[in-house]
Amino acid sequence: MGRSRIFLLRLFYFIKANMTLQTTPLNASHRAMNAKMVDFGGWDMPLHYGSQLEEHKQVRTDAGMFDVSHMRVVDLKGEGVRDFLRYLIANNVDKLQSTGKALYSCMLNPEGGVIDDLIVYFINETYFRLVVNAGTADKDIAWMQEQALTHAPKLQITPRTDLAMIAVQGPKAAEKLWEATPGMKNLASDLKPFTAFEMGAMFVARTGYTGEDGFEIMMPVKAAAFFWDALAKAGVKPIGLGARDTLRLEAGMNLYGNDMDETISPLEAGLAWTVDLKSERDFIGKAALLAKPATRKLIGLVLQDKGVLRGHQVVKTAHGDGEITSGTFSPSLNQSIAMARLPNDVQIGDTVQVVVRDKLLNAKVVKYPFVRNGKALV
Amino acid sequence: MSNPSNLKYTESHEWVKTEADGSITIGITQHAQELLGDMVFVESPEIGLKVNAKEECAVVESVKAAADVYAPVAGTITGFNEALNDAPEKINEAPFDTWIFKMKPDNAADVAALMDAAAYQKHVDSEAH
Repeated sequence: MGRSRIFLLRLFYFIKANMTLQTTPLNASHRAMNAKMVDFGGWDMPLHYGSQLEEHKQVRTDAGMFDVSHMRVVDLKGEGVRDFLRYLIANNVDKLQSTGKALYSCMLNPEGGVIDDLIVYFINETYFRLVVNAGTADKDIAWMQEQALTHAPKLQITPRTDLAMIAVQGPKAAEKLWEATPGMKNLASDLKPFTAFEMGAMFVARTGYTGEDGFEIMMPVKAAAFFWDALAKAGVKPIGLGARDTLRLEAGMNLYGNDMDETISPLEAGLAWTVDLKSERDFIGKAALLAKPATRKLIGLVLQDKGVLRGHQVVKTAHGDGEITSGTFSPSLNQSIAMARLPNDVQIGDTVQVVVRDKLLNAKVVKYPFVRNGKALV
Repeated sequence: MSNPSNLKYTESHEWVKTEADGSITIGITQHAQELLGDMVFVESPEIGLKVNAKEECAVVESVKAAADVYAPVAGTITGFNEALNDAPEKINEAPFDTWIFKMKPDNAADVAALMDAAAYQKHVDSEAH
């Protein structure tokens, strides 16, 4: 059995020679639950706790919890924070007018490539909270600080390494969260999707990365293990990064580093809906996006033949070649699915060929998401 | 799960069993299936193909990755475990009882020269460090 291909999935295996792995406050909890731990971009994280497929199904049918403490919370405080965000990110922060409202956005470089994708929460006019990816956090913060020097010198940019984050996801997430934390029900049961509230040191958002109902909860590092155990006692099962990836891919959600990066325009990564090109507002990367319209698009594939689609496989179409950006076996559909960047003229319903080793396999072009709220959409 | 003593092993984590008729069946070890995780697809080698030792034959795919399965010795591919088409998860459930492909080795002596269970365990331990 070849070692080479085992390590193909760059999502899981960034080689960081001679570097100590970073750990989250839940590291001991994962080990106590027999997690298979892996190096995930320099973080020692659970890949699964026995079976990735079982964990996937658990989230689609019941409730699961994810340690996402490796992601970085960054608070922006001070006068002019909204103006700064108008310039910093590609989505229009003016969509955020009520406390707790969340917005998904890309942060672009001047060439229109994606530095990171993030969520921004509006708390008040002098306080916005961002959540950025783990692997890009240091780069993101350095970029924000650099931009703030000229655009908002008095702004305070505070990485909240004192916070842990746990996601509870699944059709029974709410019910089991109330069971685990009596008192939460009154506060969070009316919480609309993509909104959040702050409760003392806790921050509760109805967001997620699975396509199911659920919450992402930020809390002080010291409270994380206690909270995790309380959820476990309420019957919420731990879910590793393996299932996190199959769940998000079924839900049609982008993964930074796979589906887009600093060389890819959000318009060619299925993220045009998050880019505000209509308002007068100028933002970093806007001019570049206007200057070069998209020639490719991110679209879904469902494999018709036997096999498994993987990132970087070449896709042959009648309009030229494209590439798979994320591919996997879909546990919900029991067949392989992918997101692929293909020439603009490829249409939904087309059949394309994917080069898998020495074979050409047929795949159907579909609109994603593939699965939402436990239901197949393709 | 310990490595059965009646099997031979390769550095690339296949196990090899000599059958009564002198043919060999090949599967992947407990250690290999644990590394790969939940199996979802197994690609058959070409039946009748002549292969060299350490040549890529079958492919096993788990949810997270694809891995080649190599010919442990030189010989001819003579069969594929068709049960894996519908139930690749058998490899996870019982790795040492689930053969993937069958070969007729050119030389039985090549099989005898492969690692035994103890030597293979040492090999696994050395890779872990």
